[in-house]
Amino acid sequence: MRNRFITRVTVAAVATCIATAVALVTAQTPGYRAPRDKDGKPNLNGIWQAINSANYDIEAHSAAPSPVLELGAAGAVPAGLGVIEGGTLPYNPEALKKRNENRANRLKLDPEIKCYLPGVPRATYMPYPFQIIQSQKHIMLVHEYAGAVRTIYMADQTEAPADSWMGWSNGRWEGETLVVDTKGFNDLSWFDRSGNFHSDALHVVERFTARSADTLNYEVTVEDPKVFTRPWKMSMPLYRRVEANAQILEFRCVEFVEDLLYGHLRKQPSQ
Amino acid sequence: MNRRSLVSIGALVLGVGVLSASLVAQQVATPLAKPAPAAKAAAPTGKPYTPPTTPDGQPDLQGFWTNSTYVPLERPQGVTKEYYTPAEAEAAINAAADREAEQTEPGTTADVHYDFSQFGLDRSQSKFAASLRTSLIIDPPDGKMPPVNAQGQKRAADRAAARKQAGGQYDSVQNMPIGSRCIIMGGSGPPMMNAGYNANYQIVQAPGYVMILTEMIHDARIIPLDNRAQASQGVRQWTGLSRGRWEGNTLVVETTNFNGKNPFRGASENLKVTERFTRTADDMIDYKFTVEDPATWDRAWTAEAPLAKTDGPIFEFACHETNYGIPNILAGARAEEKAKAEQAKKGSN
Repeated sequence: MRNRFITRVTVAAVATCIATAVALVTAQTPGYRAPRDKDGKPNLNGIWQAINSANYDIEAHSAAPSPVLELGAAGAVPAGLGVIEGGTLPYNPEALKKRNENRANRLKLDPEIKCYLPGVPRATYMPYPFQIIQSQKHIMLVHEYAGAVRTIYMADQTEAPADSWMGWSNGRWEGETLVVDTKGFNDLSWFDRSGNFHSDALHVVERFTARSADTLNYEVTVEDPKVFTRPWKMSMPLYRRVEANAQILEFRCVEFVEDLLYGHLRKQPSQ
Repeated sequence: MNRRSLVSIGALVLGVGVLSASLVAQQVATPLAKPAPAAKAAAPTGKPYTPPTTPDGQPDLQGFWTNSTYVPLERPQGVTKEYYTPAEAEAAINAAADREAEQTEPGTTADVHYDFSQFGLDRSQSKFAASLRTSLIIDPPDGKMPPVNAQGQKRAADRAAARKQAGGQYDSVQNMPIGSRCIIMGGSGPPMMNAGYNANYQIVQAPGYVMILTEMIHDARIIPLDNRAQASQGVRQWTGLSRGRWEGNTLVVETTNFNGKNPFRGASENLKVTERFTRTADDMIDYKFTVEDPATWDRAWTAEAPLAKTDGPIFEFACHETNYGIPNILAGARAEEKAKAEQAKKGSN
C-alpha cells in the first residue's frame, strides 16, 4: 500500500517534470561548455536557424488550411506545440480583442506579408537563417529575411536613441550565456503570422546559450505592460546550418511586394 | 547651410592635413596609378603603418567609416593632373559645397526639394575623406572610365528601349528608380561608392568573416574568408556574391554573380569587382576597386575611394517600411491623369 502510494506520487512528479520539460524543451544540456573565442568568451559564431512552426503561431495550434486558396497544401499551416511557457499568452482583455482582429485580417495586416522588418524575437524564428558575427565591442545578428540587421552593443552601451523595428540591443555575458536586453521598439512588428503583437513598451531579454556544438538554447522573456498582464517566456533550440558552403543569401523582398502594395496605383490602360 | 562656414570647414579640413601632414599629405604620399601594396602606403613618419589585429589575428578594420568625398569618379573636363595643390583642392570643394548650399537656401534655386543642411545632404557638415586627387579613377591614368565597347553600347540601347517600352517613370512603381523603391542604394556596391549622403559603414570581424554594414537600407555584406569556391551562377544577387582573403595586411574581395538589375555604370551581369582594403592609419582605410567586364569595357579600370574613420553608431535605416514617397507620387500621377481626362471631356462638350 505504502509502496503503491509512493509509486503514484513518483508518477505524478515525473509527469509534472515531463510537462515542464515540454514547456522548456530546450533546457540547457547540463555542463556543456562552448568552445572559447580567442578572447575567452563562448564562441557563438555561426549560421543558425529555428526549426519549428512558431512563425505561424507562437501558441499551440492545429494544422490549418492556407489563407490563400490558390496555394492549397503548399500554403497550409503546419501544427505546432507552441513555444510559450504555460501555453497561452497573458493578454489583457482589450489586447486580446486586438490580437483576434489582427488574426482575422492577417493577410492585410501581417508586416511579413509587406516585407517589413520582422522585429524581435520574431526575426530569430522566421524560416530563414541568420548569422551571428561575434566581435568584442559589437555582436551582429544578420538575418536573411529582408536583410534585417541587429547590432548588439557589448561596449558603448546607451539607452535606445529612438524607436525602431529591431529595437536597441545591449548585451552582456553571464557565464555561458549571451544576454541581450532590447528596448526602443516601435509598435509595428508582430510575433507571428497569427496576429500576436506588442506595443512600443515592449522589453525583450534574450538568452543565447550553446547546448551542444551545433545547437543553441534560445530563451526569451517578454514584458509589455500595455498588452500583457505579466511577463512571459518562450524558448526553443536553434540549429547550426552545418553545410560547408552555408551562407546568408539575399532575400531582398521589397520588389516581391511592390505590386501587392502599389499595384492599385499603376497607370490603367487608356480606354 | 551658410556659405561662410563652408569655407571655414573646407579650410580647416585641408589646413589640418597640410600642417600636420596627416590626412591630405598621406593621400599625396600614396603611390600613384598602380595598386599600392600596404607597406607602401606610408604613414606621415615614413615608417610603414602596422594595423592592430583582432584576437584571431586578422588585421583589424573594425569601426565606423565613411567614403563621403568631394572627389568625382572621373577627372573633370579640362583638368589634366592627378593631384590638385591644397589651394586648388579647397577651391574645388568649395565650388561643390556651393552647389549643395544652393539647394538649401530658399530662393537660390527654383525648386528646393530638400533642405540639405537638415537631411545630411550637405556633405561638408559631416566627415568626409579629404584627398587631393582630381578623380577617384586612378587607372586608366587619364582618370576617366574606358570607352564603352560595341557590346556595351548595344546593351545600353536595349536597356533604354526596354525602359521606353515600360512607359513613363510614374506609370508604375517598377519604372521608378531602385533607390526610391528602397531596394538598394549606391553605397552598398560592390564597389562601394559614396552615396551622396549617409555614406556610412560599420565593419565587424569574426573568425573567418568580415561583415560590412552599409547604413543605407541596412545592407550587410558578409564576406567569407575560407577560400570557398564561388557559388553556382544559378544564384545571382543585387550585391553579387563576395569571396575574400587576406594578402598580408590587405583584404582582397572578389565579387561576381550579380543579377544585372542594378548595373554599375552600365556593366553586364557578368561584372567582376575586386576590392582591396588596407588600413593605412588609425583613421583611414585605403580602398581600391577594380572593375572587369569585357562585355562592357575592353580593359579593366581601377578607382581609389578611401574610407575615413567616423563616429558611430549607425541607426536603423527602415526605408521601405515608411516609403510614403512611392504611393504618394503614383497617386499624384493618377490624380493628374484623371483631372486631365475630365478637362478634355469638358472641353469636347
